[in-house]
Amino acid sequence: MSAQDLAADNKAPAATGPGKFARWLNKDGWKRLVTGAPYLWLLVFFLAPFFIVAVISVSAAAYSIPPFTMPASWAALTENVATNFGYLIDDALYYTGYLNSLKIAANSTVLCLLIGYPMAYGIARSSGATRNILLLLIILPFWTSFLLRIYAWMGLLGNNGTINNVLVWLGIINEPIPMMNTEFAVYVGIVYSYLPFMILPLYANLERLDTTLNEAAMDLGSRPFRTFVDITLPLSLPGIIAGSMLVFIPATGEYVIPALLGRADSPMIGRVLFDEFFLNRDWPVASAVAVVLLFLLVVPIMIFNHYNAKAEGVE
Amino acid sequence: MAENSDTKTDPVFIRIENVTKKFGSFTAVDNVSLDIGRGELFALLGGSGCGKTTLLRMLAGFEAPTSGRIMIDGQDMTGVAPFDRPVNMMFQSYALFPHMSVEKNVGYGLKHENMTDAQRKDRVRELLDMVQLTQFAARKPHQLSGGQRQRVALARALAKSPKVLLLDEPLGALDKKLREQTQFELMNIQDRLGITFIVVTHDQEEAMTLADRIAIMDRGVIRQVGTPTDIYEFPNSRFTADFIGSINLFDGTVAAIKAGKARITAPAAGCALEADTRYGLSTGDKVSVAVRPEKITISRGKPRSTAVNAVQGEVLDLGYFGKDSLYRVKLASGALVRVSKVNDQRLSEADRQVDWEDKVWLSWDARSAIVLPEERP
Ligand SMILES: Nc1ncnc2c1ncn2[C@@H]1O[C@H](COP(=O)(O)OP(=O)(O)OP(=O)(O)O)[C@@H](O)[C@H]1O
Ligand SMILES: [Mg+2]
Repeated sequence: MSAQDLAADNKAPAATGPGKFARWLNKDGWKRLVTGAPYLWLLVFFLAPFFIVAVISVSAAAYSIPPFTMPASWAALTENVATNFGYLIDDALYYTGYLNSLKIAANSTVLCLLIGYPMAYGIARSSGATRNILLLLIILPFWTSFLLRIYAWMGLLGNNGTINNVLVWLGIINEPIPMMNTEFAVYVGIVYSYLPFMILPLYANLERLDTTLNEAAMDLGSRPFRTFVDITLPLSLPGIIAGSMLVFIPATGEYVIPALLGRADSPMIGRVLFDEFFLNRDWPVASAVAVVLLFLLVVPIMIFNHYNAKAEGVE
Repeated sequence: MAENSDTKTDPVFIRIENVTKKFGSFTAVDNVSLDIGRGELFALLGGSGCGKTTLLRMLAGFEAPTSGRIMIDGQDMTGVAPFDRPVNMMFQSYALFPHMSVEKNVGYGLKHENMTDAQRKDRVRELLDMVQLTQFAARKPHQLSGGQRQRVALARALAKSPKVLLLDEPLGALDKKLREQTQFELMNIQDRLGITFIVVTHDQEEAMTLADRIAIMDRGVIRQVGTPTDIYEFPNSRFTADFIGSINLFDGTVAAIKAGKARITAPAAGCALEADTRYGLSTGDKVSVAVRPEKITISRGKPRSTAVNAVQGEVLDLGYFGKDSLYRVKLASGALVRVSKVNDQRLSEADRQVDWEDKVWLSWDARSAIVLPEERP
């Protein structure tokens, strides 16, 4: 169906029936529907669940189904807030969980950037056919289930895993190196899983960059490295930011990777959250953990966006 | 081909020797040889895709010639990287750095120069003064008009006082008025700084106004090199004659040659033709006679002599352009001749001397016509 057919279809109802809805659609309804869809999505799948979580976080734990009671009065609410969020401050488990998560996510983001940037750059500068193959290779892992791929890493990293076996067999090491259930394994898992999310936005950005700008810099006396630092790097900043957010945010709340590959004694916040919900069945505290995590992630981004918009406005 | 025009006495500064550039099996620049003098304002003129930008990029060092070599100031440029060449380029799209202010853009090339911060600042200020952009120093390129951007690009390319400035369609994005004004600015700057300019353009008027010499390019080949006058008055081929300005061409055969003048029989003209010739022709050669529209006199009365270069026709149509009028006259043979006449008197439509469907005489001087050899394939 061509665009013209579509346009004709849109007009058709107005011509045949004097339907109010059809007329609204033809006026500017389509535009509103299309621009409104993301907001609807956000409302249904983000704001509404968040509201529920927020309500639970100010409720009191109870032996009931569901295991909480909503506050009946303002006084009860403030008391619940004090207990639930108070836990997060009193018990070291929580804030070490947060710090651990932020640290691991930040380090993983930097690692992804260091590995992903040259890859994205290489893909963006390669020619037609090669480029498509390389992009396909980046996306290829998504064909397999995420969980399966993490299990595969368990098979690779274990004391009796492929890597240790090969190293022992080659005679490089005598004893297997313990890699499973270490922070190292968590980094391997996170960097491996999130690398495509760094590479793809970076690629999209680098691919658009006008290479004559690099030529202009070279023409004015800059060697290739200087040109990269002066031109390519600052112009790819939007790609770096987008990729970093796509890695950092989900990595902070990551549960599966640290649960399967990491240590039990210094859990990331995702694990804490899971235990709180399903082992302790303390929904209000678990919700409080989730709310704080959300603010920890959203507030810096909002501040950043604010200053970014401001900087662009001043420009 | 260039033998008749390389009379410039300036020492050769840029020498392009048999340079060819192939992209795969496609030849973008085909065995080009050119000598350009120091301080010359040289224009490369040609249609779209004829290899102008490619030639310029080879001078700047972004492309390596497939064969041949380029010498600048006596130095072989083969293998010299762009950042080591004494050449700066103003790009067709300006290529301003979008994340840097005007000031930073202009000063960018000076970062590598051995100078103090204060000297650098002074130099930038001086350049911005020159292109009259001082009050826009803090703006980003996207906050400037097309003409202002073009001036930033020029200032940036001039910052390092290169020995050669390459300009790729520098005025392409400007409207006619601004363009003319900028042409003169460019000429002034070039004159003042004494830098060798190589300007690429596909606008023949621009080339004529700007350049000391012009090279006409066609499909990777240089067809003619010469001063604007050379190129306009003494084209060496039908191609250049047709490419620059408008011209009437009559195909014919040489009947006789005497004292630098050739007698040509051209059935289309319907009269005997006589014209100057610069080429070694002999009787029986197939040639074209070229006459520019403004060199033809149009009148209702019979000219004094009708022995040669005088023919009758009928005015087919008439265009009035203010300062001149253009007539299209149909000859008995059916050929159309374009004639232009300067409107040097103020006449109302009613007193027009030559009008639609008038029978008129066309005549021209033998020195105003030129004989062109038959086109080499
Ligand atoms: N990198 C390249 N690969 C393949 N072909 C190219 C390349 N660069 C240029 N060409 C071809 O070489 C020819 C000359 O290109 P060039 O850019 O020099 O033309 P130009 O004279 O500058 O034209 P314009 O006036 O449109 O800018 C064109 O046919 C173009 O398609
Ligand atoms: Mg070009």
